[in-house]
This record gives sequence, structure tokens and C-alpha cells, in this order.
Amino acid sequence: MRCLQDEGVEYLFGYPGGAVLHIYDALYKQEEIKHILVRHEQGATHAADGYARSTGKPGVVLVTSGPGATNAVTGIATAYMDSIPLVVFTGQVMTHLIGDDAFQEVDAIGITRPCVKHNFMVKDVRDLALTMRKAFHVATTGRPGPVVVDIPKDITAHKAPYVFPKDPSLRSYKPVTDGDPEAIRKAADCLLTARRPVVYSGGGVVIGNGARELTELVRWLGAPCTNTLMGLGAFPATDPLFVGMLGMHGTYEANMAMHECDVLLAVGARFDDRVTGDLDKFCPNARIIHIDVDPASIQKNVPVEIAVIGEARRVLAALLATLKASGKRLDAASLSAWWRQIDEWRARRCLDYDRANTEVIKPQFVLETLYRLTAGQAFITSDVGQHQMWAAQFYKFDEPRRWINSGGLGTMGFGLPAAIGVQLAHPHETVACVTGEASIQMCIQELSTCKQYGLPIKIINLNNRYMGMVRQWQEFFYQSRYSHSYLEALPDFVKLAESYGHVGVRIDKPGDVEAALKEALAQNDRLVFLDFITDQTENVYPMIAAGAGHHEMHLATDRELA
Amino acid sequence: MRHIISILLENESGALSRVAGLFTARGYNIASLTVAPTEDPSLSRMTLVTSGSDSVVDQIRKQLNKLVDVVKLVDLTDNPRIEREMLLIKVRAEASGERDEVKRLADIFRGRIIDVTERVYTIELTGDGGKLDAFIAVIHPRRIVEVVRSGVIGIARGETACIPDAP
Repeated sequence: MRCLQDEGVEYLFGYPGGAVLHIYDALYKQEEIKHILVRHEQGATHAADGYARSTGKPGVVLVTSGPGATNAVTGIATAYMDSIPLVVFTGQVMTHLIGDDAFQEVDAIGITRPCVKHNFMVKDVRDLALTMRKAFHVATTGRPGPVVVDIPKDITAHKAPYVFPKDPSLRSYKPVTDGDPEAIRKAADCLLTARRPVVYSGGGVVIGNGARELTELVRWLGAPCTNTLMGLGAFPATDPLFVGMLGMHGTYEANMAMHECDVLLAVGARFDDRVTGDLDKFCPNARIIHIDVDPASIQKNVPVEIAVIGEARRVLAALLATLKASGKRLDAASLSAWWRQIDEWRARRCLDYDRANTEVIKPQFVLETLYRLTAGQAFITSDVGQHQMWAAQFYKFDEPRRWINSGGLGTMGFGLPAAIGVQLAHPHETVACVTGEASIQMCIQELSTCKQYGLPIKIINLNNRYMGMVRQWQEFFYQSRYSHSYLEALPDFVKLAESYGHVGVRIDKPGDVEAALKEALAQNDRLVFLDFITDQTENVYPMIAAGAGHHEMHLATDRELA
Repeated sequence: MRHIISILLENESGALSRVAGLFTARGYNIASLTVAPTEDPSLSRMTLVTSGSDSVVDQIRKQLNKLVDVVKLVDLTDNPRIEREMLLIKVRAEASGERDEVKRLADIFRGRIIDVTERVYTIELTGDGGKLDAFIAVIHPRRIVEVVRSGVIGIARGETACIPDAP
């Protein structure tokens, strides 16, 4: 407990069990650290993850051995894929029982190894303090990630004098901070030659607290900026230089700009397959500069000409300073011709939908209304599927750490528990969980946690009675054979919310959307579950089919490309 | 292309499986892998032989370096180097002509017969992989009872060394 207090831990998300009873007893005898009791260990990891994403501080989890550890794995893998700092303590059976198939024994170190940044087993109570310190150090520095600390029960029964270990450094772990000045100079020279530049930034800029530096750099360049799904909010979405998200469901203008650019500056992004599409058709004419804190991200999927390894915030600041010191600017005539081209692409209005529909609720309309009513200031968590893409497209994030979603792993069930972590960290802010009737049921039990801690989360359930993204792919690529994507026997979400002690509201007319959202947002002392019955046939556009290039997008059927 | 990579890693339980797990998880090849403690009991030396295109091997090096247990990594392929592997082979040798021939072959390859029974010779042979392959190739397959190879170890020639950086 002293270790956790000294690390400044505010909340511990957990669930007790046999192997961690000594720790829970110590927790009972102190008041500094607040424990949040979830209803399933997956919820603990997602809640800690939401806390970490929205604050930049590490999320901390405590679960028991065996099923406690295995239930936590999905959340650990989710954090790993999105580089989120978590420290997860798993209980373990007594040291002398390890390997005997003891009750609730599982090889937590082995099971979590492929989805953690690192893991430790504590075998001596005298190593406990230093191991915990190392765990926080590894989780939060360099490219962040989850770290698991497995603690056998007998270790927590022993006593040792506590000394705060000042130095957590490991000889084998030396993350880079500043970029190489020579590489930064090359990057600056390359940018200054650009006639059609694009800045493509990812989650690394959000996690690395580089949003301000990115914004200054993009504005100095006067270049179009696109964000990945994970990078939304790093550059203000309402800035005219922002061309929207890129990739599979990115905007037409962002993807076309990627395809036509001559210099691409990639920052804190990893050229994920959902972003690049067909690698052979990716940015065919571009010289590519890549800034990343993880050397292994460089040249992993796409060959780049100039690589700068370092923290996004520091490298971006140094790059801007170098550019300013050069006394040069980008060629203004080329840049304005480039913007004329981009404006032509923008004129296709690729995100338009049937706004005027008064019969059936269009999911996009709910999100546009939510954006307007919250003035773009809410924290939005999301689950995975169509609703996630619509939220990313229609909620314009001007600030980092407001958009909380599982991008890399794509974990359904993430949204509600993540919202718990966000709301605890920001008790006076609006936190909305945008979800669908399939995703929400994967961690629905956390409604009970929300009641216990009085969390006034707003659940925006876009209920189309289908696993929407699965249905969309089946329509496009499987000749509308909707194999097991229709959700029969759905619960009555209004009654379900009420049974947990919350407010539930069903909305099925477009005309009622605004009033319902307004009323829900006004109730800042309770959770409101809004069940929007939406158009079953709506699809997410634009779309690049898997394996196609950025220039081969499909727009909605009525605006399809010639 | 074949690469031989020398790695110093923390001598902790699980370090080996982190390396092995990385190779399976990311679909890289391992041709051979040897590991043993060093003169510093807190460190193990691993020698790993892998193959792949330049970009794949570049990723392998980076991903290995990213493992928190890896203290130092050198791709010996970049340097003039010495590679050695040890072979222990049990060969059927019964008739006197057979026994003489096996003894002669072992001598030619500078192998040593380290165990003898009325029916078999057990031979120890050290060299690079090609030499061991060549020795196995000259023994008639029907005479081979068992082959045990150590996997490759290697060291750079000259003063280059894969040792921890000075603190």
C-alpha cells in the first residue's frame, strides 16, 4: 500500500479473491487509496484504462489469481495494443504450490507475456517495493504499456521494512527521449521542399502529450492535418487545416490527400492496416518522415526516408524550432494550389447522410446532436463497431484525451467500464458512452458499479438490433447473408437500466432525439441510459475495402464516385 | 539471408520464453538457439540463428531490443566472426572394417571418439555447421543411431565484443 501511495495512486480498480486477501486487508486499514469494486475483472482493466487515457496517469488494477487474472487479460491486451500505461497486480497461489495445479492457479506471467510491455513475479517480499517501482517506471516511460506484477499469497503475508526505492532504472531498459538533431534537420529540410504536404498523426501524440506542439507545427506549415482513430483530438477538429480522420472509414479529403501528397510527416502513428489499406498503393509519390518513440515502429510496415526516434512532444518542438531557424517557408503558391485541390475533395461532402429523415433515427444524427449540445466538450468513450466510426466522424474533438476508444484490439465491451474510469477522474465533466446494443451487453454488469459509486455517465445506445459492422460487411462482401449478426431476444434496456437503479429512456422518433439528450445531459447526478432505436440499414461511409488503396474509396450510394 | 545474433539477457526465469514467444507471436524463423549463463551470473548469453529478408531481420533486431530483459544485442553477421557448433553422434560400428573406417573418418574431421562399445562409437566433433553437415553426410544413414547438435555459438573476430555498455 505504501508503494502505491508513494506512486501517487488515487484509484485502484479491482475485485477480491483468495490470493489477494492480505492485500485487501491492508486496503481496509488505510484511506488514501480509493478502491473501486467492479463486477468483472475485464471491467477493472478497462476502467483503469479509461482513467489512464483521460488523465495521462497510469491506471492501477488489483485482481486475484486464476480466473481473476484470465478475466483481466482482454483489458490488458486492449491497453497493450493502444500503448496505455497500466500496472496490473495479479494474486498468485502460495510460492510452494506454484506448478502443482493448485486451486485458482494459472500461469499469469505466461498467459500475459505476449500482451504486456513487461511482467514481473515477486518471489521475495524484500523485492516487492523495488519491483513495484520498476513496474510503474516501465509502464509510463518510452512507449507506454501495461505491466503485470504477479504476487504469490505468502509474499503478502511476510513483512519487510519499507524504504522507497529512489532509482527504478533497469540496465536493459533505456527509452529514448530527444530525437537526433541531425535527423530533425533532415526532416525540416524535407518538409521545406514540400509542395503537397500532409501531416498524419496518431495516438502517440495524444499519449505523449504532444498535441500543443503538433498544433503549432501544423499551423506554421499551413499543411493539412489528418488524425488516426487513436489520434483524434491531438489537432483541433474544428481547425480549417484539419481534414478529418483517415483510413478505412476516414474522410474522402484525408485519404485523397494521403494518396496525392509529396511529403508525408507521420507522428506517433504506426501505419496500421486499417489506416494504410493496400501497402503497395500507399502514398505512392511521397517522401515519408516518421517520428516515433518506439524504434520498432519505424520501417515496420512502410519504408520511410527519414526516421526520428524520440518523444513526440520533444521532437515536434525541436522540429518547429529548426524550421523557424531556417528562415524559410513552404512555397506559398504550391500550398494554395494544394488547398484548392483539397477543397474540391471536401466539396464532395463525404459524410453527408439523410439528415431530413423524420421517420427513422439516423445514428449520425444522434451523434451530431450530442456534439452540438455538449459544445464538443464531453469525454466520449465508445465500444467497437459502426457507432464507434460514427462517433469518430461526427464528434469533433478539439482537445486530446477526450476520445476514449479501443482502436488497436477493437474490444467490444470497452466503453462502459472505460467511462467509469473517465468519470471518476473527471467527476464534474460530462462523460458519454457511445455504444450499440451488442457491445453494451459485453460488460453490462458494470451498470451496478456505476450505481455503487454514483457515476452520472450518459449511455448513448445506438440500437439497430444488429451487430452493425458485421451486418455491413455481410451486406457488402457476403451477398447479404446475415449470418448470426441479428440480435434476437434483446433485453428491454429501459427496464434493465431501471433494475440497476438508473434512468432508462427509449427514443424512436428523430424529433425526440434532441429533447431526450438535453434532458439526460441536464441530470448530472445520475446515470441515464438512452436507448435510441436507429435505422437498421444505415452503413458507415466512406469506406475503403480491405486491401484497396486510399484513392479507391466508396462513398454512400447516392454520392458514389464516378 | 541467414543471420547470427548474439544477445545478453537478464538471467531470470522467463527471459528465454520471452525471446522464444516473440518469434512465434510474430512469425519469425528460428534455425537454432543456444543459451547459457555467462561469467556474470546475472546475465545469460543467447546465440540465435534466424533468416529473413533485410526488413524482417531489421524488425527481429528491433523487437528483441525492445524486450525489457535484453541488455545487449549484436548481429554478428555484420562482422568477421567465428562460428562453432558441437556434434555428438552415435554410429554403429561392428565389423572390424567398419570400425576402422569410422575411426578414420573421425580422424579426418578431427573428431574424437569419446565412448566405445562392441557395437557403437560415439564421436564428438566441433566446427561450423557446414563441417558437421559434411561429416554426417559421409556416414551411411543406416549406421547413424543418434545425432545431437548443440546449435551454433559465435563470437566476433578482433576486438569487437558483445558485452554490456559501461554504466
